[in-house]
Amino acid sequence: MSQYLVLIYGDPTYEAGSSDDVMKGHMVFGEQNAAAIAGGNALQPTTTATSVRPDGAGFTVTDGPFVETKEALGGYYLIEAADLDEAISISKGIPMPGGGVEIRPVVVFE
Amino acid sequence: MLAATVRVTRDLDLAEECVQDAFAKALLTWATDGVPRNPGAWLTTTARNRALDLVRREATLRGKLPLLIEPPGEPEHDPFPDDRLRLIFTCCHPAIAPEAQVALSLRLLCGLSTAEVARAFLVTEPTMAARITRAKKKIAAARIPYRVPSAADLPVRVDAVLAALHLLFTTGHTAPDGDELVRHDLVSRALELTRMLHSLLPLPEVTGLLALVVLTDARRAGRVDASGRLLLLEDQDRARWDKRAIAEGVALVRVALQAGPPGRFALQAAIAAVHADALRSEDTDWAEIVALYGLLEAQWPSPVVRLNRAVAVGFASGPATGLAALEVLASEPALATYHYLPAARADFLRQLGRVEEARHAYGEALLLCTNRAERGFLTARLTSLSGHDYRRNL
Repeated sequence: MSQYLVLIYGDPTYEAGSSDDVMKGHMVFGEQNAAAIAGGNALQPTTTATSVRPDGAGFTVTDGPFVETKEALGGYYLIEAADLDEAISISKGIPMPGGGVEIRPVVVFE
Repeated sequence: MLAATVRVTRDLDLAEECVQDAFAKALLTWATDGVPRNPGAWLTTTARNRALDLVRREATLRGKLPLLIEPPGEPEHDPFPDDRLRLIFTCCHPAIAPEAQVALSLRLLCGLSTAEVARAFLVTEPTMAARITRAKKKIAAARIPYRVPSAADLPVRVDAVLAALHLLFTTGHTAPDGDELVRHDLVSRALELTRMLHSLLPLPEVTGLLALVVLTDARRAGRVDASGRLLLLEDQDRARWDKRAIAEGVALVRVALQAGPPGRFALQAAIAAVHADALRSEDTDWAEIVALYGLLEAQWPSPVVRLNRAVAVGFASGPATGLAALEVLASEPALATYHYLPAARADFLRQLGRVEEARHAYGEALLLCTNRAERGFLTARLTSLSGHDYRRNL
């Protein structure tokens, strides 16, 4: 089994809990894939994001996400799957209004 | 051989090394013991055994031997026992970039060296090596499976494989740039891989693509004249078309069309079959071709298909109607840099005697076209329309 982080990108103005359909979708997804889900969270909108960058002497702290994009990171799941095909198949069940998901294999340090 | 070895190693680089080891061992062993009765099987067994050794050693180190090894001679209930088929699906996985899918297939299924693949795509060897390495790393890191997809996923995944093979074929059939119109090496590889896929997985759309490749390639010898100049379908010496290939292609089209609602490759193949069926250009059944393009457009609404349909309409109902059909496409952004659009307009304008507009359109096509054989053709057409040097008008 490998772990994949599934990043959910979508409308940056969407706030978790603001849409019943989406929340219901996550409940259903969670119930159906309980065995594969190793973790996950919804994130507050990008307006609440803070970026911290080293600037040589110390750090610069700024308001906003690291990169402004049309689709913003809104949440994630950490899932366990045998291979990429299984990870893709599981991820298709995630609610993704106005966006999609990015699947990233997690590095295993030995 | 490589495909059978990957099955053991689950690692493309390791499998390639094992195959090379097997060849090295063959040089030594065969020199003293003689060549075995079945050299291919000997090499495959040696490479697989080498792979098993390496994987076992590694697995013992990690203490997870049972997880990694697929023992030889396991009970086979696999409906697709051929390892090459797994490898095709791995190479053409949609999670790999399309150009890399084709490059990997050439490297791993046709056994081309990285240098040869680089030449095929007209890029430098380091560039191609980086592209292939990146794709292999993704296969390993993301765990792209080495497996024929489940029945539910198969149609979509077969489409991805067919798209990669079609990309390889079209790149060879009319080279995107360079001096040669046709890259025979790429066409042959595309034909070889499509035949392989068809023999392993004879689904209707696979049959359709094989028919399309066979029929299109049957016209290869007629596409240019003795000096390498491009000839239009209507000007080609049809005696130079490959009759055996046409017969094979037409038979394949029939099989593909009988299997149910035809897919895009089967329809394109059917169009190629109608062309092949006409002994003379003027015998071409253009009404049938327009109808087939209509079906194709319903199935695959691409601007290029609409352009081809408009051209067919011109042949079926006269240049004025064809020109009108093309005008609708003038604002299509996807065709803005596609030289076939102004070239087709130019040809209809020429037939209508609208010389000045035709010259302008040929000039526009020349600005967009990068294949030398095609440029030669367009220049000749342009020159034939004017008594003086056309360049002054550009």
